[in-house]
Amino acid sequence: MKERKVQNGFQLEFPALSENEAFARQIVCAFAARLDPTLEELSDLRVVVSEAVTNCVVHAYKGANKVGNIKITVRVTGKGALKVRIKDTGCGMADVERCMQPLYTTDPEGERGGMGLPIMQSLSKKFAVKSKPGKGTTVAFEMLFGSSST
Amino acid sequence: MEIAGVTCQKKDDTLWVVIDGDIDHHSAKYIRETIDREIFLARPHAMVLELSRVDFMDSSGLGLILGRYTRMREIGGVLKLSNPTPQTIKILALAGVDKLIPVLTAEKSQQEVAKS
Repeated sequence: MKERKVQNGFQLEFPALSENEAFARQIVCAFAARLDPTLEELSDLRVVVSEAVTNCVVHAYKGANKVGNIKITVRVTGKGALKVRIKDTGCGMADVERCMQPLYTTDPEGERGGMGLPIMQSLSKKFAVKSKPGKGTTVAFEMLFGSSST
Repeated sequence: MEIAGVTCQKKDDTLWVVIDGDIDHHSAKYIRETIDREIFLARPHAMVLELSRVDFMDSSGLGLILGRYTRMREIGGVLKLSNPTPQTIKILALAGVDKLIPVLTAEKSQQEVAKS
């Protein structure tokens, strides 16, 4: 009998509300725990998820009539890496390169500091941002844990 | 969802602030408002943020710390950070905040408490 290959993972969709920031990072880290990450690796994952979700909460639906959703897709690759995609359907960014610059922020009043995207990039193995004004933004990153990262 | 707790105590000219819990965008507003109210009332010469009970901090925490650094400078005071966890130290270092604001170890913090 042929063995079926199933790629493990999950999808999660929730409103872009600040009280969901902790929920999102806890869920992704609970799933990642099975990949045997070190405490530091798990801690880095918590930060990257939190930064990505917070960006959606703060920027994506700013000024919109209705708060939209954030969709998180998590997959374990054949090599044991964790692939995470965090997507919104909000305002998007016209200049992604500029937003990636340290200390650049469109929300100086909110004391955000402009370090979210650079920190995500530093802590991930692979990191990419796709965005289209008026359509939304997708942040995709990959983390390697423990023995799979050596 | 549980929100971080903030305890403030003034000893002589130093305001000691203990933050207990996660610092993220959701909790930062409450922490910021509580600390700023205490700064306004106490007008301290120095403020120490005790971070040993902060299990998680992202760039919202950096914004919170840099904002309080600016607020203390505005009133002629200084800000110090005390006893951050390794995770918090990593985030502070990624942004270079540890080069701008003195970070006290647990031992140094106790010496500062004894002095004040």
